[in-house]
Amino acid sequence: MKPDKILLDHGSGGKISHSLTADLLLPAFDNPALAMLDDGADLNLVGGRIAFSTDTYVVDPIFFPGGGIGDLAINGTVNDVAMCGARPLYLSVGMIIEEGFPMADLEKVIRQMGQAAKAADVTVVTGDTKVVPKGAADKIYINTAGIGVIPERIHVSGGNARPGDAVILSGTMADHGMTILTQREGLAFESGVQSDSAPLNHMVADILETGCDVHVLRDPTRGGVGTTLNEIALASRVGIRIHEDRLPIRPEVAGICDLLGFDPLYVANEGKLLAFVPVDQAETVLAVIKKSPYGREARIIGETVEDRPGRVFMKTRIGGERIVDMLTGEQLPRIC
Amino acid sequence: MTAATSAKRLEINGIVQGVGFRPFIYQLANRYGLKGEVANTATGVTLVLEGPPDRIQQFTDDLPHRKPPLAHIVEITEESQAVTGFDAFSIVKSRGSATRQTLISPDVRVCDDCLAEMRDPNDRRFGYPFINCTNCGPRYTIIDDIPYDRPKTSMRHFTMCPRCQAEYDDPENRRFHAQPNACPVCGPRVTLCDGQGQAVKTDDPIVETANRIKAGRIVAVKGLGGFHLAVDATNARAVERLRRRKHREEKPLALMCADMRQIRAIAHVSEAEEELLCSIQRPIVLLEKKAATPIAEAVSPRNRYFGIMLPYTPLHYLLLDAGFDALVMTSANLSEEPIAIDNEEALARLADIADDYLVHDRDIYLRSDDSIVRHAAGHMRPIRRSRGYVPIPVFLRDELPPILACGAELKNTVCLTRGRQAFVSQHIGDLENQATEDFFRLTVNHLKRILDIEPKAVACDLHPDYMSTRYARELGNIPIVEVQHHHAHIAACLAENQVDGPVIGLAFDGTGLGTDNTIWGGEVLVADCREFTRAAHLVPVPMPGSTAAIREPWRMALGYLRAAGVAAVDLSGLSFLKQIDQQQIAVLFQMMDKGINSPLTSSLGRLFDAIAAMVGMRNNVAFEGQAAMELEMIADDSVSGDYDFSWKETGIGSIPINTTSIIQGVVDDLKSGCAPSTISARFHNTLIRLFHDLCCHLRTSTGIDRVALSGGVFQNNRLLTGMGAVLEKSGFDLLTHRLVPTNDGGISLGQAVVAAANMNG
Ligand SMILES: [Fe+3]
Ligand SMILES: [Mg+2]
Ligand SMILES: [Zn+2]
Ligand SMILES: [Zn+2]
Repeated sequence: MKPDKILLDHGSGGKISHSLTADLLLPAFDNPALAMLDDGADLNLVGGRIAFSTDTYVVDPIFFPGGGIGDLAINGTVNDVAMCGARPLYLSVGMIIEEGFPMADLEKVIRQMGQAAKAADVTVVTGDTKVVPKGAADKIYINTAGIGVIPERIHVSGGNARPGDAVILSGTMADHGMTILTQREGLAFESGVQSDSAPLNHMVADILETGCDVHVLRDPTRGGVGTTLNEIALASRVGIRIHEDRLPIRPEVAGICDLLGFDPLYVANEGKLLAFVPVDQAETVLAVIKKSPYGREARIIGETVEDRPGRVFMKTRIGGERIVDMLTGEQLPRIC
Repeated sequence: MTAATSAKRLEINGIVQGVGFRPFIYQLANRYGLKGEVANTATGVTLVLEGPPDRIQQFTDDLPHRKPPLAHIVEITEESQAVTGFDAFSIVKSRGSATRQTLISPDVRVCDDCLAEMRDPNDRRFGYPFINCTNCGPRYTIIDDIPYDRPKTSMRHFTMCPRCQAEYDDPENRRFHAQPNACPVCGPRVTLCDGQGQAVKTDDPIVETANRIKAGRIVAVKGLGGFHLAVDATNARAVERLRRRKHREEKPLALMCADMRQIRAIAHVSEAEEELLCSIQRPIVLLEKKAATPIAEAVSPRNRYFGIMLPYTPLHYLLLDAGFDALVMTSANLSEEPIAIDNEEALARLADIADDYLVHDRDIYLRSDDSIVRHAAGHMRPIRRSRGYVPIPVFLRDELPPILACGAELKNTVCLTRGRQAFVSQHIGDLENQATEDFFRLTVNHLKRILDIEPKAVACDLHPDYMSTRYARELGNIPIVEVQHHHAHIAACLAENQVDGPVIGLAFDGTGLGTDNTIWGGEVLVADCREFTRAAHLVPVPMPGSTAAIREPWRMALGYLRAAGVAAVDLSGLSFLKQIDQQQIAVLFQMMDKGINSPLTSSLGRLFDAIAAMVGMRNNVAFEGQAAMELEMIADDSVSGDYDFSWKETGIGSIPINTTSIIQGVVDDLKSGCAPSTISARFHNTLIRLFHDLCCHLRTSTGIDRVALSGGVFQNNRLLTGMGAVLEKSGFDLLTHRLVPTNDGGISLGQAVVAAANMNG
């Protein structure tokens, strides 16, 4: 009989762990490279530049409205590779599972991964599973790494912003971070918010397809739009001005941010990108982004300026210019 | 000629240059028939007197009493010397090139002599809005570099006509070396511009301005340290329009009245307050409103006070000649941004606010807002120290190495030290705005230049995200000293009182980062300028929503109620929660239970907010401290009772002060239908008794019998006065702020002295 919980033996490398691979993983990621079950994958990459990225996912709760740790682990790495201007191709998946983790949950996680990989059009070609004693990990941790090919002439980097760029945000802010927080803490909200977890590689491909001179692509995940913009401003030595009245946010998410006292500019997203392109090409890129199912709410939220290199500031609704700083850890109140 | 002739050399330090000091010495010497000479030096003036010893004595006795109005003498040293045999008294050229150490005068009000000339139809400066002399007019705001000389000021663009030049060159003249000297022929002029910046054709731009204000328009008027927005204070619609356009919701707007008679028509003025109003600094003075006045309600809503000033430039006098009960004269800026100073800048930045612009062509190099003061507990208390007071230094007890202190985040000032002088900058503002940050950097550089100070260390707050802290850290090649916020408050109080410590310091404010990473603000410190221990503190409570809890006092009320053991379900019957959604209350309790974005605070300011919310003052504030301020204003003077409190000496660490019984007392009072004015009075009484008892306890355990009061909460007059009275009655030596603000405007001074103390040892 199939056990309904993960046993330490599931990570032993023996028969029971082999059945896990054969019954669960192979069908979910169904592809010949993985099916070989060699120590590594034998891949065929057409020359040129390769983008390579890795990330580990420890989100709690592991299932939440809009997704789960499985699709997050796929989308996160797909997006990181895509933000290099690359077309993501292959992924690895490493899992650390806590002893006693329900088998049904594992099946669900793997199913989510499989579906996400399919939606993103990437192949999981190698992987690893470890089981650790109860308490040595919290439910499940997933590491993914991914590689992709960067087309010729494409040079996007957080350091490439130039004065005179438009700053495009592909959709609403803070959906993921507020969903996770309210779910994790079981906060009593009636209105449903959900994570924006989504693969952005097709959107990126469409953007690059336009032939526009894309300077920067970044996904504002942990730290939110505010932190990512600061990183870009510093790396590119430009000033970035955004406009409060153009920042997209769902009203229900704004309401929760308000009540909990969070600034949505610093809350995580998992399916959004920031694109910096010369102002005269911005509308073209914006139109392409808006055609993507994940970019309908895209807006031009600001522009880069020569003034005040390294700084981000926001034109407020009343016309002032508020500093948008990189925060040191916790948001401690500064007002006296 | 008297037989016995002796000789004396006097060195005078202080503000003695550019204020008519040498001509004054010249005249005084002649008056006593003394011979010798006077010259400017690096630090002040030096003079030699020869004549009979008794006359020299009379001269030196007279000197401090007769000095010119703008002169500020810090120190006089005397020394006898051999008689050289001068045959007259003369003013000689400056000694040496280094005049950089001399003090620069602040900008002060136009003097009576100049006003009389301006009013005299036969005078060549009749009706001239830029009349000034060595005894009055602009200084600090027009200086670009030192030594203070016309080419180093914004007057360099105006070449004096022969008549002005003659005055400037004549030691007997009131305008001898008056750098801003000017007349209608050679000096600056005013122009009235419309919204597009086009000059309005008019014979008299000032009269036309007055007419437009009377018609309800908003006119931006260029003044001494920046632009004002002027509207007729009796025109409710105009005042409301100004508020809307400026996005300034509830903070009181300053008024300017032509004279004392007008002020008395709308406010109560004590003798001491009149003295402040009429002082050469001409600050905005907080004055209690009279019951029925023609002033629009929107000028100072839900507030017992008006902030009123008298005119201080000739232009103000001419404008007020049109006959207003009062003008609203508020800083020309968008809410929270620095005041506009440049003509072009004003047109751009005030485009959505002002209808017209009364500009002139004398540039302002460094902005300086109007100062705000009040008279409380027997002394002048600065609330915002700026025009008229800056850059007069705070004189310290000990010599300090040159230090730059970067101040706090809000109400920021910076401080530079040199010897026994601490130069606290003008009010810079809240560093959340890009424009304010620019002004911060400009001020630091400007002050370093005109004071000729190259700091050897930089001091800043502990809070890593204060803009001022970031600035300090980015400087790099200079030692940095991080000073805990409340230690800085107490040290500022010690510094201006020229005391080194130790003291029992009551540091009460809204928010400051503590050494344990919680938010402090209800702190009893045992401190000197070098170090401190936290002797007692309010028991910390969560701020649900962090900064949101500052904007919304009802959150703090929940924080305190929960800490007092009141469960979410027991809140029925507290009417202040009637407007709040039940689900929101539930979520806030969850946040606090789980520690989500609910930093702990021991802030007394937040306790004030909580009580203010509980008694129904307001659930939201438009500016920090508003709820607390309103709570103070409603307190009923006739109520004498108070609430229980408790604190227990544990023998180790800081004494925790439990607020549970205070909160319980307020809840009981509310449920039994007590008036908010009663609860407010009892709350104040409680704090006074509580902290008095604590000070007595600490006196026993430490032997310290001196108490320093600092922090923004001491803008609360009732607390300052009450606390001071009981402490002095119990024999404590009391230190309070009289030179720098008790709020965060004083932080930079405290940072500087703490940094210095830690560098030496
Ligand atoms: Fe403070
Ligand atoms: Mg990542
Ligand atoms: Zn004068
Ligand atoms: Zn002239």
